[in-house]
Amino acid sequence: MKALEVSHIYKTYNDITALKDVSFNVAEGELFGLIGPDGAGKTSLIRIIITLLLADSGEIHLLGKDVVKEYKYLRSRIGYMPGRFSLYSDLTVLENLNFFATVFGTSIEANYNLIKNIYSQIEMFKDRKAGDLSGGMKQKLGLSCALIHKPEVLFLDEPTTGVDAVSRKEFWEMLQELKQKGITIIVSTPYMDEAEMCDRVALLQKGEIMSIDTPQNIINEFSEELIEIKTPDLYEVKEKLRLEFGKNSAFMFGQSIHFSTSSKSKSKELLNEFFEENNFNIESVNIIEPNIEDCFIKLMTKDS
Amino acid sequence: MRTILFLLQKEFIQIFRNKTMLPIIFIMPLVQMLVLVFAANLEMKNIKMKLVDFDNTATSQEIVSKFKASPFYNIIGYSYSVEEAQNSLIDNSADLVMVIPPNLEQDILNGQSPKVQLLIDAINGMTAGLINSYSSMIMLDVNKDIAIELMKFSANQQLKQISIKQRFWYNSGLNYKHYMVPGIIVILVTIIGMFLTALNIVSEKEFGTIEQINVTPIRKYQFILGKLIPFLLVGLFDFALGLFIGKLLFGVPIRGSLFLLFSFAFLYLVLVLGIGLLLSIISDTQQQVMFLTFFITLVFVLMSGLFTPIETMPLWAQRVNIINPFAYFMKVNRMILLKGSGFFDLIREFLYIGIYGIISIVVAIRLYRKTS
Repeated sequence: MKALEVSHIYKTYNDITALKDVSFNVAEGELFGLIGPDGAGKTSLIRIIITLLLADSGEIHLLGKDVVKEYKYLRSRIGYMPGRFSLYSDLTVLENLNFFATVFGTSIEANYNLIKNIYSQIEMFKDRKAGDLSGGMKQKLGLSCALIHKPEVLFLDEPTTGVDAVSRKEFWEMLQELKQKGITIIVSTPYMDEAEMCDRVALLQKGEIMSIDTPQNIINEFSEELIEIKTPDLYEVKEKLRLEFGKNSAFMFGQSIHFSTSSKSKSKELLNEFFEENNFNIESVNIIEPNIEDCFIKLMTKDS
Repeated sequence: MRTILFLLQKEFIQIFRNKTMLPIIFIMPLVQMLVLVFAANLEMKNIKMKLVDFDNTATSQEIVSKFKASPFYNIIGYSYSVEEAQNSLIDNSADLVMVIPPNLEQDILNGQSPKVQLLIDAINGMTAGLINSYSSMIMLDVNKDIAIELMKFSANQQLKQISIKQRFWYNSGLNYKHYMVPGIIVILVTIIGMFLTALNIVSEKEFGTIEQINVTPIRKYQFILGKLIPFLLVGLFDFALGLFIGKLLFGVPIRGSLFLLFSFAFLYLVLVLGIGLLLSIISDTQQQVMFLTFFITLVFVLMSGLFTPIETMPLWAQRVNIINPFAYFMKVNRMILLKGSGFFDLIREFLYIGIYGIISIVVAIRLYRKTS
């Protein structure tokens, strides 16, 4: 059985289209990523699925139930962690957890096993007010509260936004553990590097799904040769390359430029010639394997 | 039911942990009662009076001495120029100028009615009205004495006249504090109930916590009851505290049944909290809801009959007061406390407030949406 079936969802706010013909399925036990830049429609989509927002048209079945008609059945079976910290700042860690356990008609003890690995990291602060926790700890508390009623499907809206690199890595490890326990997880993120941690990802842009596949397949579809250029004059070189080979040919990647063109062969030789002609100060030019970010950037710029 | 208990537990932890909320609940009643009751003084004392006496006879002196004898008047000076006396009105050194015309005594003896002029500073219409009625009363007294004098001169017989003996019921000492305290208590309870409820729910919206609540199986009515019950209890507590202070410090009588009074307070609070809830549902930020609540309470307080009796308001205002909860509670509070009215005297008030309360809660529950 599919845990989630989304078919032909449309949503507009006044005149702005937030979601346009969005359809996808998530299998039971899958870790599914919704990847897209800010304003792509990730949050709207999640809010529609978890019964907080009504779509203009389209149908969604979550755990086999219609999300509009059977929201009461669903609300006790889904866990949701909003992007913004939304627990009670003036209650302590333990009080928050206890509150959410009791409103779901359960207790901390009953499901402690599920949250043990996460909660044990903040348990020493259990009498501290939630508002006084650091960002990473707030996030762990949020996840604990979303899990305390042992949901069948867990929704995380941009859980790693504004979290440091180490905590992000830890967080994804926690998600992998939860997946092992059989929970279906749907997570949205604007960080493309996190896509590789998901079983499958959907790339969302301007309310439309550009591509749905496993991260590996998405990488495999990158058919061109990718070249990494290192130079002290990053900006100037990038602009020159774009003028010569088209505006989607070169992108900055940290301290280097990633370059690709559709003229498949000999692009490295082509580049070296170009650099010599223009007298650029180039440190190195190497052919590299594309990663998922390269693929997304290519997908996202394909139409523009 | 269990869910509501957990919601209540959570609300009370939050109320008692909130460092601004607690003082509001406990100290505001004290301050309001002490400051407002003393400041909202409706009695006039020390009316500053300037005298222009062109007559200077025994009769004019008698008039002056009557004013002097009154505890309300303080004669600050004499003048022989109306213009100069008027200047003391302009520079605020006098509230009242009395001009006694020349030949006053002569005219009276000749059977004419001379006119004494009173110039009153009417910037504050209410004080001007009070000064006018006090002064008229004194002049009436003077007239009576003159009439008696004249009778003696002419016929040497007793003057027969109807005398009025007043007794002020329900507030025999005309103690304005007994009138003000019940009104102030109403304002206090309303502000506490309406503001705290409205702010509390909007703050859940602002902090995003309502988002997390909305995905839980908590039902609408559970959530709303969980919000209303704590503030209902806080409101009743403050009502009791207000009554206690009123009794202890101002000696306000409690002539009617306390049970009846608290029953009405309960119904009233349901309505007030319902209004607070409605305001918080249509607002998105604490700022918006503060202004809305402030606007509504201000209009209702001014129309409620706290300072000026509703019966003297224009007809349209009296009609508007049919929906003004303040007006009902103020009336009921005064009637039960001062008059000792029973349930059957207040059936109309109970009925209206009960119906409004039910309407406000039902509308609030219908308007509150978990799904947008």
